[in-house]
Amino acid sequence: MSSSHVLLRREFLKKSASGGTALVIGFYLPGKFEAPAAAPPVEPAAVNAWVRIAPDDAVTLVIDKSEMGQGVVTSLAMLLAEELELDWKKIKFEFAPAAPQYFNPLFGLQGTGGSTSVRSSWEPLTKAGAAAREMLIATAAKQWYVQPSACHAENGAVVHDATSKRLGYGVLAVEASKLPVPANPARKDPKDYKYIGKPTKRLDTPAKVTGKASFGIDVRLPNMQYAVVARCPVFGGKVRSVDDSKAKGIRGVKQVLEISTGVAVVADNTWSAMEGRRALEIAWDEGSNAAISSDAIRKLYLAAAEKPGAIARQDGDADAALAGAARKVEAAYEVPFLAHATMEPMNCVADVRTDGCDIYAPTQFQTFTQNTSRKITGLKPEQVRVYTTYVGGGFGRRAEQDFIAEAVEISKARGAPVLVTWSREDDMQHDFYRPAAYTTITAGLDADGWPVAWKSRVVSPSIMSRFFPGSVKNGLDNSSVEGIVEMKYGIPNFLCEYVLTDTGVPVGFWRSVGNSQNGYIVESFVDDLAKAGGKDPFEFRRKLLANAPRHRGVLELAAEKAGWGKPLPAGRTRGIAVVESFGSFVAEVAEVSVNRSSGKVRVHRVVCAVDCGRHVNPDTVAAQMEGAIVYGLSAALKGQITINKGRVEQSNFHDYELLRVNDMPQVEVHIMPSNEAPGGAGEPGTPPIAPAVCNAIFAATGKPIRRLPIRAEDLA
Amino acid sequence: MAISFTLNGKAQSVDVSPDMPLLWVLRDTLNLTGTKFGCGMALCGACTVHINGEATRSCITPVSSVAGKKITTIEGLSADGSHPVQQAWMEEDVPQCGYCQSGQIMSAVALLSKKPNPTDSDIDDAMSGNICRCGTYQRIRKAIHRAASMQAGKAKSAA
Repeated sequence: MSSSHVLLRREFLKKSASGGTALVIGFYLPGKFEAPAAAPPVEPAAVNAWVRIAPDDAVTLVIDKSEMGQGVVTSLAMLLAEELELDWKKIKFEFAPAAPQYFNPLFGLQGTGGSTSVRSSWEPLTKAGAAAREMLIATAAKQWYVQPSACHAENGAVVHDATSKRLGYGVLAVEASKLPVPANPARKDPKDYKYIGKPTKRLDTPAKVTGKASFGIDVRLPNMQYAVVARCPVFGGKVRSVDDSKAKGIRGVKQVLEISTGVAVVADNTWSAMEGRRALEIAWDEGSNAAISSDAIRKLYLAAAEKPGAIARQDGDADAALAGAARKVEAAYEVPFLAHATMEPMNCVADVRTDGCDIYAPTQFQTFTQNTSRKITGLKPEQVRVYTTYVGGGFGRRAEQDFIAEAVEISKARGAPVLVTWSREDDMQHDFYRPAAYTTITAGLDADGWPVAWKSRVVSPSIMSRFFPGSVKNGLDNSSVEGIVEMKYGIPNFLCEYVLTDTGVPVGFWRSVGNSQNGYIVESFVDDLAKAGGKDPFEFRRKLLANAPRHRGVLELAAEKAGWGKPLPAGRTRGIAVVESFGSFVAEVAEVSVNRSSGKVRVHRVVCAVDCGRHVNPDTVAAQMEGAIVYGLSAALKGQITINKGRVEQSNFHDYELLRVNDMPQVEVHIMPSNEAPGGAGEPGTPPIAPAVCNAIFAATGKPIRRLPIRAEDLA
Repeated sequence: MAISFTLNGKAQSVDVSPDMPLLWVLRDTLNLTGTKFGCGMALCGACTVHINGEATRSCITPVSSVAGKKITTIEGLSADGSHPVQQAWMEEDVPQCGYCQSGQIMSAVALLSKKPNPTDSDIDDAMSGNICRCGTYQRIRKAIHRAASMQAGKAKSAA
């Protein structure tokens, strides 16, 4: 979608509203927007809200999830094309506006996250595609005076079986759209699938290799102004006073104004706005967080870990079993705050007028974006239109609305369209970070070395307390303990507690959320237990997962493909880990070499086995595993955000390093054939990589890695 | 005072602050948004363009320094995505979010112009300045090798 496409699309919407020629099946029309209360119910909601067929047979699919790299445009198009028997070459797509018919049924609002896109769309989209196919077939059958059962659909046309007569969807669409929507259309037998399950080239690749893909930061509107914002370096701080006299003298600067998050500089280009910001002299009221530091937070966590917490899961009697155990193993783990560091820095274009507001944004949550804009402008929901652009990396950061609110505030003040751009430093220092956590575990082994008790206590801030406060009950935020409480290793006496500990550092969803740290902690500790019991880490897991066939399946597949137990080149070791998250099961084996004198860890090869149930595009599943592994490796090997005097100490890619091509291991992905319900794909590849690497290091050095990122001194 | 250069084969003149980085001239003055802002410090490579054929980080290149020079951006690589590197990128389905890919492609094209048949180590050297947060590095590597053989094949059939 180029920026010109954004404009064209507005034109199209206007045309549709005035009764244009294209077929619109339940499509959102400006001016006919219904308030949520009057909207169709969420479950069968939005049936056929995704398909538009033009007289020339061109099919436009409306994609109601944000494309942030996870291949969702292609996956959702495949679901629709399969049942609707579309000609893949004639498919176009656009992103859905914010509207109740596009609510994600797993969230009850419009949004992309939690690896839910395929899981939430499979049923409604295949049903919508099948319903539209039946309507098109019925229309052709009527024209031919034959029974619908004597016809079939293929490649964007209806065909009469006996005569091979053929009518393209384009000439049928208008009549078809007038038919009642079948409630229970027949869906294909999976053995007849043409698209689902077949490796399919992404629909967005051509735009992304030519520079034509339009991200939020690329939107250009007539008379648009460019803004940046100076924010207090201390979390929660406010402007005390500002001297903008020098800033106003910078060429291109139009205005300096205070907004809720700081001081905005508006100019006729981004560079002038940045230069203007540099010239501001601001006195900040640093507020109550001015003294926080990573050291102080660590002390806070250690103290909190002495206290009992909210019980997240309890089986049997862990204390009694520990008292009677032949041997005890104890460990404490520490993980840091982490930034999302999407390649496209936060940004948003808002065009606030007295009669309405248009938002062009790389957002993961359109409903939140609409609500945020509505609250600031005082407009009605139907007056706020949200145009979702391509998203230059989400990973949870773009579930937040801070960058939306800034654009709306500034555009409202200016009475003109405004693009707010965050610098990399803004992005790094004003994120909602993956929570830093401190977790203790004690386990008891029996005389044969098998675990009989597990007791863990998690100390971390709570994401949900801010995001969905209603979900935090009795001090328990499930997202903080996910990855521990699902424990499938057969351990009869189990306890997991959570001590909610706020630090003043804002925290948010970061690819795989609680699993990102808890997968590392659990799977590292399991290797400790295997070693204490004198067992091979793979065989140890395999036996303990006797009643968890899908865990065991990927574990065995990864081990087999990696050649577990077979000789390796000198200096290399292997580590294995398996984690269930977001409805999918992933095992990874890492092949690592450790240079103890230089403190360098090299990851040479990663073998990944994934069971994500029924899947749509295997190449996308593979790409998501590859990417999730890199994301997790950056965190394991390099990532940490530290705090001093209430400020984030890192600022850009020189001090918050990410994996680069020279550190890229060879990654092999093996997808388990499965008829289970679809699972997630975007996140589940991340949790197993840190423990797989740490366990390989443990195998090399005999010393477990108890904190991330992996440090040179922990290899000695 | 106007600053003149050749942009994607055409004469271009801009009247902006001479210290304004080329990146912002391209993006905000000329609305050529294929070249991306990532870090502003030449740390990530998202802003890579060619200046007289050399891969250059436009985010730290003052526009005054490109006066009289030839600049190629992703938009100028081909009119229709037909450049062998773009073709190879499509064959390998490299991009995920896609934001860094203009810069990755511009760096890869510059590499291949100097080393038509690069080794993995050449790729590491030439491409380690380009960050991809989605982690498409393995496919980038494959696509560069593929582009190299496509170009070699073309050269052979032309010979």
